[in-house]
Amino acid sequence: MHELQITERILDIVLKHASGQDVSKIVRIHLRIGALSDLEDEWIQHYFDYLSRGTVAENAHLAIKRGPAVLCCQSCSCSFEVKREELGNAQCPECGEPSVELVAGREYLIENMEVL
Amino acid sequence: MSDAVRLIEVKEEIHADNERVAQGLRSQLGQQKTFLLNLMSSPGAGKTRTILKTIDTLRDRFRFGVLEADIDSTVDADLVAARGISAVQLRTGGFCHLDASMVAKGLAALDLSALDVVVIENVGNLVCPAEFDTGAVRNVMILSVPEGDDKPLKYPLMFTVSDVLLVNKIDYMALSDFDLQRMRERVLRLNPRIQIFEISAKTGQGFDQWAAWLSREVSSFIGPVSNALTGSALPPAQH
Repeated sequence: MHELQITERILDIVLKHASGQDVSKIVRIHLRIGALSDLEDEWIQHYFDYLSRGTVAENAHLAIKRGPAVLCCQSCSCSFEVKREELGNAQCPECGEPSVELVAGREYLIENMEVL
Repeated sequence: MSDAVRLIEVKEEIHADNERVAQGLRSQLGQQKTFLLNLMSSPGAGKTRTILKTIDTLRDRFRFGVLEADIDSTVDADLVAARGISAVQLRTGGFCHLDASMVAKGLAALDLSALDVVVIENVGNLVCPAEFDTGAVRNVMILSVPEGDDKPLKYPLMFTVSDVLLVNKIDYMALSDFDLQRMRERVLRLNPRIQIFEISAKTGQGFDQWAAWLSREVSSFIGPVSNALTGSALPPAQH
């Protein structure tokens, strides 16, 4: 629901990194978004296309990779990945302990961008 | 001019700016000795009523203020202000959540030197508010019985970021097939550290335990209270 605000941040950040780097065009932006985010990739691109008009980022493609949700067992400290829909039923694959803590899955990272 | 594609490393977290503002706000509140609580839930879960009942329970101990966020109305702030509680309405103008900068603006409209606790009533929504650090010291969420025990499966992030879950409208349980035990197991799997209190903001059930938790948290954050409510408060701040 807040794709617009997130997209504005993405544009601000990539334009900041492009400035002074002799960039004529940003072709592709690689993002990693955690599995727990409820954002729709299609809408992020849609807003980006709108917001980036007239900038070097116009027509850039957002390549969004979904990062996994990673849990850490509170008992044996092992880390393991789970699907988002399994979060409420997760248990440690090593020791069966149901008490687990989320250690990754919330990130919104701009990794890098391909530019001309 | 070369038309070879180059790679520029960015490695920037999109929420980093908000988190910086939120951290700054928390340390400022620590210095000013004001505890900030972020209350989140879906629309109609009973946020306003829970706030009013909580303040009624603790008003002899702490001085409360409220930040009301709504997309476009002042009905909640009016209700709170009618009880003589300092309230600021933040109209988010369509935004589905509050971020730390919006909260900082709202706090600037309150006299924090006269308040021990400020409660943020976040926008009614179980999705977006979970993603934005407001600068609050503690996050509290409400799940009300009529919403159903499957909500932890549908909105896992909200349950993950909350320090406390208030299960409200517990007086409605007899009319519902809500399975408390199943909900508890689901929530604890998402967040083993969460505190769960069963309450009814209508009847007052469970408020003793919830208020005791809140009192402890506030006292440990702001230190000994200057007993402002019995007239022996600190002298007025010098301007």
